[in-house]
Amino acid sequence: MAPPLLQVKDLRVRFVTEDGTVRAVDGVSFDLRQGEVLAIVGESGCGKSVTAQTLLGLTRSPNARIEGSVRYADRELITASDEELRAIRGEEMAMVFQDPMTSLNPVYKVGDQITEQILAHSNVSEHVALEEAVRLLRAVGIPDAERRAGDYPHEYSGGMRQRAMIAMALSLEPKILIADEPSTALDVTIQAQILRLLELLNRDRGLAMIMITHDLGVVAEVADRVLVMYAGRIVESGTLDEVFYDPQHPYTWGLLGSLTRIDQPHAEALAQISGQPPSMLALPEGCHFQPRCPHRFERCMEVPALIERDREGSGHSDRCWLDPDRKRELRQMGDRIGLEVPAA
Amino acid sequence: MSAGTAPPEAPVVGPETIEGPSGDGVPLLEVSHLVKYFPIKSGLLIDREVGQVRAVDDVSLTLSAGETLGLVGESGCGKSTLCRTILQLLEPTSGSVRFEGRELSGRSRKELQPLRREMQMIFQDPFASLNPRKRVGQIVGDPLRLHGMASSSELRAQVQDLLERVGLSSEHYNRFPHEFSGGQRQRIGIARALALRPRMIIADEPVSALDVSIRAQIINLLAELQQEFSLTYVFVSHDLGVVRHVADRIAVMYVGKIVEIGPADAVCENPIHPYTLALLSAVPIPDPKENAAREPLVLEGDVPSPSDPPPACRFHTRCPAATEVCSEIEPPLVDYGDGHLAACHHPQNLDRQRIAAARIAPETPLEAGDAMPQPGSHRLTSE
Amino acid sequence: MIAVLFAISVIVFVIFNVIPNSDPALRIAGKNADAQLIENVNEEWGFNDPLPVQYATMMKKVFTGDLKSYQSQLNVDEQILDGIPVTLSLCIGAAVIWMSFAILFGYLSAVKAGRFTDRSLTILALIGISMPVFWLAAMLLYYLSFKVTLFPTGDYVSLAESPLDWAYHLILPWFTLAVLFIGFYSRVLRSNMLDSMNEDYVRTARAKGLSERQVRIRHVLRNSLIPIVTLFGLDFGAVVGGGAILTETVYNLQGVGAYAGEAIGTLDLPPLMAVTMFGAFFIVFFNTLVDILYAYLDPRIRLA
Repeated sequence: MAPPLLQVKDLRVRFVTEDGTVRAVDGVSFDLRQGEVLAIVGESGCGKSVTAQTLLGLTRSPNARIEGSVRYADRELITASDEELRAIRGEEMAMVFQDPMTSLNPVYKVGDQITEQILAHSNVSEHVALEEAVRLLRAVGIPDAERRAGDYPHEYSGGMRQRAMIAMALSLEPKILIADEPSTALDVTIQAQILRLLELLNRDRGLAMIMITHDLGVVAEVADRVLVMYAGRIVESGTLDEVFYDPQHPYTWGLLGSLTRIDQPHAEALAQISGQPPSMLALPEGCHFQPRCPHRFERCMEVPALIERDREGSGHSDRCWLDPDRKRELRQMGDRIGLEVPAA
Repeated sequence: MSAGTAPPEAPVVGPETIEGPSGDGVPLLEVSHLVKYFPIKSGLLIDREVGQVRAVDDVSLTLSAGETLGLVGESGCGKSTLCRTILQLLEPTSGSVRFEGRELSGRSRKELQPLRREMQMIFQDPFASLNPRKRVGQIVGDPLRLHGMASSSELRAQVQDLLERVGLSSEHYNRFPHEFSGGQRQRIGIARALALRPRMIIADEPVSALDVSIRAQIINLLAELQQEFSLTYVFVSHDLGVVRHVADRIAVMYVGKIVEIGPADAVCENPIHPYTLALLSAVPIPDPKENAAREPLVLEGDVPSPSDPPPACRFHTRCPAATEVCSEIEPPLVDYGDGHLAACHHPQNLDRQRIAAARIAPETPLEAGDAMPQPGSHRLTSE
Repeated sequence: MIAVLFAISVIVFVIFNVIPNSDPALRIAGKNADAQLIENVNEEWGFNDPLPVQYATMMKKVFTGDLKSYQSQLNVDEQILDGIPVTLSLCIGAAVIWMSFAILFGYLSAVKAGRFTDRSLTILALIGISMPVFWLAAMLLYYLSFKVTLFPTGDYVSLAESPLDWAYHLILPWFTLAVLFIGFYSRVLRSNMLDSMNEDYVRTARAKGLSERQVRIRHVLRNSLIPIVTLFGLDFGAVVGGGAILTETVYNLQGVGAYAGEAIGTLDLPPLMAVTMFGAFFIVFFNTLVDILYAYLDPRIRLA
C-alpha cells in the first residue's frame, strides 16, 4: 500500500484568550491516503474546523499555541516557514470554505480571483491565466463560463459561488482538497449538485479529500473513512460502514440515534443526547463526554486512549472504556442504534 | 399574469375542504388564495414600482386543531413569508385568512390584538430573536403583561412555571440571553410563545440553527408540549427528515406556490410532484447502504427568484418530466384522494385508477388552468 | 436636497435678523448717520419690507449675482469667486497630504496593531485630533516663521504668478489643515482594516498561497478604503465650502472661509447667506461625486 499522503500526529491547538485557554484541538491523529475521502464530523466547537485550518497553517496567530506533527510529502508543516507554507497552499493542498458569499472578495471579479492565485504561483501571462480560469469554471459546471468569469460574486447564485470556489481551489491541481462544510449554507437541491461534483472530482481525478461536516447524511454520501470529534478530541475513527453500523462510542450512538431520516416514518420520540456540549474553557475531567453519557462509570474520569478495542489491526478505534460486547448491548434501542430514550 | 396587478377577488375556501386527521370538521385555520407581493422600487428621485417579488402566489390550505402541518421548500419558496402573512405580521396583498372562522385580513391592529393571543411564533435564530438587553423573565413575561393576562404578583410565578415546563430552571428568571447556549435560548423562545396559551404556534425553522445533538431535545420538547397544551403546529423547515418526523401532513412549496400537500408518509414515500421527488432524492440518508441504493435525481440549474418566476408551472425550467404544456398552462392543484394533492401535468407514482378518479381541488390557484393530467402521462426516467 | 438648502437659508436669515446689533441700516449709513439717513437707507435697501419679502429678494439676488454686502457695498458673488482659487489651493493640497499620510499611518497602525508603531501612531493621531486648528497655526507661525524664518508668514501667491512661491506659502497652511484629518482618517482606516482582517475572504486569500503583503494590500486595504471615500466626500465638501475659515484667517489667505469670517465679525448678512449657499451646494455636489465613485469601488452598489 502506498504511503499516506498526509500524516497528522498528536495535533494540539490551544488559543490563549482573556477568559482562559481554549484547547480547541487536543491530540488529533490521522492519516489520509491517496484518493481517499475522509470525513471529520462533529458539532460546533468540537475542533474540526480548527484542525482543517491548522493543516494549512491558517490558525497561526500570536495567541495560538500549535504542537504536534503534520507531515506532507516528507515535509513537516507545523514548523514550516511562511514561505514554505505558501508554496503548499493551493499547489498541494487547497481549501474550500463554508460560506461562498463571504469567502469571495466582493470587489473583484470571480475570474480575477482565480487568476490571482495562478499568477501568484507561476510565471504565466495574465492572458493564459485567464484562459485557465475560464476552463476551470467550465469544468465545475458553470454555464457560459467565459462571460461569467467577468462577473462579481454577488452576481452568482449560492451554488455557483461554491462551484467557483471549488474551481479556484483546483486551479493549481492540488493533491488534497479540504472542504469545510461546503454545502451547509446551500439549498438542499443545490447541496446535492455540489456533493455530486465533489464525488466526481474524487473519482475522476483521484483527488483526496478531507470533508468537514456536522451532517451525517453528507458523511454517508461521500466518505470512505470517518473521524468523529467531540470537544477537541477524536472519539471514534473507522471506515464508513464501521462507524455507521458498528459504532463503538456512546457519542456516535447518540448522534445516530437522534437523527431524523426521510425514509423512516415518525418515531415516538427521538433518542436524544441530554445536556449540552461543554464549554471549551471548562472541559470535564477525563472523558469529555462523560457528563452526558448514561453509561459512564468510575473509569471514565481517566482520559480514555484512542485505540482499537474491538478488533486488532482493523483501524477502527475509539475512546471509550466500555467493553465492546457490552457496547453492542447498550447501544441497541429496539431496531435502532441510540443512546437513550427520554423517560416518558 | 401581467406584472403589477394583484389577482382578482377569490371565493373563500370553506370548511368542506380537505381536513386533517382530527376530522371534527371545523378547521382551526383556513387560508384562501393568499397572495403577498413585495414591490420592487427603482428610480432616481421618485420611486417607481418596476416589478414585484411574488413571495406567496395564491396559497390555500387548512389546518385542523391538534395537527402538525409541515411546510418545506428551499430559499425563495415563500414559506417564511407565508407564515408572517398568516399571522398578519405582513399585510396580505389579497386573499383571506380565517382563524376559527374569524377573518383576520383587513383588520385593524386593535381588532387583531385579542386574536394574536391565539397564534404565536417561534423563530429560527435563537441568537437574534431574543432582546439581549432584557432579562429572561421579562422576555417571557412581557406577552402576559401586554395582554393583561396576569397581575404583577402572579406574573413571576407563571413565568417561572413556564421556564420549568420547557426544561429550564426557575432560577434563570433573572439572567440575560447571552448567558445561555443556542438550545437553551430556543427554549426561552418557546416559553415566550407558550406564555399566552395560544392555540396555534408557527415554528419557523426552530431547530435549523442548533447543533445536531440539541435538535432532538427541542423536537422532543415541542412534541411533549403539543400534547400537554393541545397545540396545533405549523412547522417550517428545509430539512425534510425533521419534517417527516414531526408532521402529520406536509406541504411542499416552490417559488411561491404549493406544489404538493398530503399526509407525511404519503408525500415522502409516494411523492407525486417531480419537485418533491427531486427534493427527497437530494436529501442524503445517514445510512450508507440505503443511500447508495437510491436512484439519484439531481436537478440542474438554480432555484428561480420569486421576482422573476418562470411562467405557468414554476418548476418546468428544471423538471425532467416537463413538456410544452408546462410552460403554457399553470397546472391546477388536483386531489388524488386520501388528502393527497399535487399540481403537475405529469404526476408521478400514480396508477391509472387514481388519475381517473382525481378531481381538481378547491384550493387550486385562480390563475391555474383546468387541464387535468391524463392517464399515461410521462413517467420520469431515472438518470 | 432642495428642501435642505431652503431650510438652511431660512435659518441663517432668521438668525441674523434676530441678533441684536445687526441692524444693517446702521452699518450702511455709517457711524455718523442721523435718523433721516438711516430711514433713507431703510427705504432704499428695502429694510422696511416684511421679512419674507426681504428674504425672497435676497435669495433672488444671490442667484442672479446681484447681491451686495452691507458693510462694504461690494458684490458678494464676485468676492466669493475671487476667494475660490485660494480656498481650492489650500483644500486640495491639504487633502492630498492628509489622505496620503492617513492611509500610510492607518495601514501601519493596523498591520502592527498593539505594537510600538501602532501605539505611537495612535498617540500622534489623538494629538492631531485634539489640537485646535488656530492654536496649531499660531504655533507653527511663531516657531517656523517668526523665530526661524523657514516659511513665510502667510499671504497667498497665485499659482499663475509663481508655482514655487505658491507652494512655499501654502506649506504651513496645508499641514495645519491636514493634521486634524490625518489623525481622524488614520484611526478610521485602522479600525476598518482590523475588521476586514477577520473577514472570510481574507482567510481565502491566505489559503490561496498569496504573500502576506498581497493579502494586506489587495484584499484588506482595498476593501477598507471604501468607507473612507464617503467620509472624504463629506469632509472635503465642507472644508471647501467655508470650513477652512480658521486656517485661512490665521494665515491671511483671502479665501472663501476668510471672507465668511469677516462677514461674521461685522454681522454682514449677504456674504454669509451667499457663502452658506455656496457651501451647502458644494457639499451636496461632492456627496454626489462620492456616490458615483462608491459605485466604482464597490461593485455590489452598481445598478444592473
